[in-house]
Amino acid sequence: MVYLTRKAEFSASHYYHNPEFTPAENQRVFGKCNNPNGHGHNYTLEVTVKGAVDPKSGFVVDLKQLKDVMSREVLDAFDHRFLNKEVPEFFTKIPTTENLAIAIWQRLAPKLNAAQLHRVRVYETPDLFVDFYGEDFYGEA
Amino acid sequence: MKAHLTRRYMFSASHRLHSDEMSAEENRATYGKCNNPYGHGHNYTVEVTVSGPVDDRTGMVCNLVDLDGFVHKKILERYDHQNLNLLSEFVKAVPTTENLCIAIYEIVKRGFRKAHLEKIRIEETMMNSFEYSGEDL
Repeated sequence: MVYLTRKAEFSASHYYHNPEFTPAENQRVFGKCNNPNGHGHNYTLEVTVKGAVDPKSGFVVDLKQLKDVMSREVLDAFDHRFLNKEVPEFFTKIPTTENLAIAIWQRLAPKLNAAQLHRVRVYETPDLFVDFYGEDFYGEA
Repeated sequence: MKAHLTRRYMFSASHRLHSDEMSAEENRATYGKCNNPYGHGHNYTVEVTVSGPVDDRTGMVCNLVDLDGFVHKKILERYDHQNLNLLSEFVKAVPTTENLCIAIYEIVKRGFRKAHLEKIRIEETMMNSFEYSGEDL
């Protein structure tokens, strides 16, 4: 088994708000991130796939295909967007880095045929990142 | 739905690698420049990785305010701009980054209750790093 990681960058804005919370609760839980006009980050996405090395090509996965899937499924939808208002997953879910990693996994997993998705890592800043290994990784739903 | 969250912090500290159980020559041979008697320092980067279910109401594994607050109070205030050799955990243990990893892991494991501690990773310099995930691994 060989693991291959491809990086990409996107920039997007978001804010954290739970409509079930009172304004005071939203402020207490989310702090500055609750500012309704939003703020932005330069996100770095790392997608790691795993698989056997194909004896003919020497590849785990054709990088061009992986890059195309990442561009089409993630970057085209997320880059230079206001996540809360323009990306359907975040009409209902709060666009935290945790939920971004999960949403990106769910967008990519069905589209990757040759190799198996191993990890989605999303850096919100160089000092904060989230790893998601799929719904099954922890042995529970 | 569970996820891993990692936060990076920095502190600067000095240390000297020296074991009382070795002769001066052995110390010199084992630790080289790191055994220089007056010590030296590093800019350490600490990565704290925690895991847990993503809370539906907040979208978070744990609130960063809680994690940052804990790490600042219990780790950074303890180690930043200190001589590690003078701290109680390094009276007997040599303040290598291996032992620093274990010491920080124990502090976070014991005191931080808002998420499950997965791993402590420390970069002593840009060229070397150390990880500790507890005794079970």
